[in-house]
Amino acid sequence: MSTPASPRARRARAGLLALALLVALVIAALLSAGMGQLSASPVEVLATLLKQVGIDLGVVPEGPNVEAALTTIRFPRVVMSIVIGAALAVAGLLMQAIFGNPLAEPGVVGVSSGAAVGACSAIVFNLTFFGEWTVPVLAFGAGLAVTLLVYGLSRAGGRTEVVTLLLTGIALNAFCGAALALLTFLGDTSAREQIVFWQLGSLNGSMWQQVLVVLPFVLVGLTGAAFLARRLDLLALGEKSARHLGVNVEVLRVTAIVLTALLVGAAVAFAGIIAFVGLVIPHLMRMILGPAHGPLLITSTLGGALLLTVGDLIARTAVPFADLPIGMLTSLVGGPFFFWLLRRSRQRAGGWG
Amino acid sequence: MSRRLEIPAAIAVGELAVRARGIGVQLDGKRILEGVDLDLHAGEVLALIGPNGAGKSTLLGVLSGDAALTTGTVEIAGVPLGDWHLQVLARQRAVLAQSNAVAFPFSVAEIVEMGRAPWRRTPLEGDDEPAVAEAMELTEVTRFAERAYPSLSGGERARASLARVLAQRTGIVMLDEPTAALDLKHQEAVLRIARERAAAGDAVVVVLHDLNLAAAYADRVALLADGRLHSAGAPEQVLTAETIAEVYQHPVEIVRHPRTGRAIVVPLRD
Repeated sequence: MSTPASPRARRARAGLLALALLVALVIAALLSAGMGQLSASPVEVLATLLKQVGIDLGVVPEGPNVEAALTTIRFPRVVMSIVIGAALAVAGLLMQAIFGNPLAEPGVVGVSSGAAVGACSAIVFNLTFFGEWTVPVLAFGAGLAVTLLVYGLSRAGGRTEVVTLLLTGIALNAFCGAALALLTFLGDTSAREQIVFWQLGSLNGSMWQQVLVVLPFVLVGLTGAAFLARRLDLLALGEKSARHLGVNVEVLRVTAIVLTALLVGAAVAFAGIIAFVGLVIPHLMRMILGPAHGPLLITSTLGGALLLTVGDLIARTAVPFADLPIGMLTSLVGGPFFFWLLRRSRQRAGGWG
Repeated sequence: MSRRLEIPAAIAVGELAVRARGIGVQLDGKRILEGVDLDLHAGEVLALIGPNGAGKSTLLGVLSGDAALTTGTVEIAGVPLGDWHLQVLARQRAVLAQSNAVAFPFSVAEIVEMGRAPWRRTPLEGDDEPAVAEAMELTEVTRFAERAYPSLSGGERARASLARVLAQRTGIVMLDEPTAALDLKHQEAVLRIARERAAAGDAVVVVLHDLNLAAAYADRVALLADGRLHSAGAPEQVLTAETIAEVYQHPVEIVRHPRTGRAIVVPLRD
């Protein structure tokens, strides 16, 4: 699809898309909250939800414990899928802007594998110095540390080469993969099982406590990204031209990388590795709206939230009495999408070289 | 008003816009530039010429702040380059780089609008629309304003990038081989635009390969040879048969255009 003509038409299209995504997200969230092993109609869900904020519609869900189950199990899980979906999509958008390549994914710079090593160490060595938060805290910390390490290694003379950055990310990902294999080898049976499920990614067992820990990180990440949007547009002209237009490229890069680590680390810490959301969503939005980062940021936030909400609903309901790992589902859909993207770019522009 | 929203004062015609002294650049122990002094005044077109590898683009990179100096100083409007706030500097000088790849499929109009980014939130923000329209008119890119930049031909891209630089409306304009990808008509157009900007009081420095374009359009030329400034001055003083033969290591004849009297460099051919 082509970018619409005037700036006004572009804004109108972005606004329309954002509205459509928002409506779809609300519907998906209401449906998702009511479906699964425990079911409730959207009206019942809405009534329970409004009751929480003090508006009593007089509708009480049928069956015992439905209301309690909705508020303590289902709602936090739906909110978690919204928050993490938004975080992953925006993290993908940020990385693509920094690399100047629509194939870049947060996993590329090592956040995901770094986070995996952190979380798995906590599991295998029974580390408990942060109590029940030890796994997520280590996941986030290690993800951030690896990202900054990648950045530090790929910097020379105060500047960063995109190719070096990508190659360093590959090397570090390989190293983290080996560390992960070692941890799986060292762990006992229950730890191994935990590691495997954590690597598959799941929103099962999300709690309000966890949502409250993730939310501030994600809000900071999204707000920060909004401030960078215009400068990220200029970065598409290349580092030199962006600098000639007054952008402090180094500061922009560091900020974007820290925000990415914040978003992915926070998301990965509780739900494990959920890949390809950061690839698929920004790309779809770019196809509809063109590459300007302001509108992309808003629609990717909503689109990522929608994708993961629907994905989690499928994970919960596709197979009766089973909760499929959502990371597996997103990779199952995202992998072929990635191939299609590669093929399409090769046909259009001779590939990325 | 905060420092970053400052609008730099215009430089009076004839005043120094860029002053470079003792410029030396070494890359991996290899000497790229040595002891280059260069002045650029408001109201003139200065052409940087010289054979391949003489250091023209590096010198322009030094003036624009891209290349790191080993020795020497660069001042823009009397202020050392390093003391400028990047955003304020972007309102004083615009740079057209040699390669202008764009990472995402922005439309030509969006690319040219990016040239206005430094003026955001300043009182001159209101000039955005006319500045963009004028720049696109001058470079003849209005016709494909809505096309995606990566889908353009090399020459069209070069013109769109030039439009972005012109839309920036700065007192100093630095162009690195702006004519390289262009056909005859657009080569002439680019240098005519450079002349018009100089006539309006701006300082224009342009790296050129074509000596005849330099002779026809530049007020002064600076001839670089092997990392040093060989000579600088009016085209007729610098572009002599002996000098060019020596620097380019190829014999040439200089003839005068019968009507304008400007120098025309003709390589001797068998």
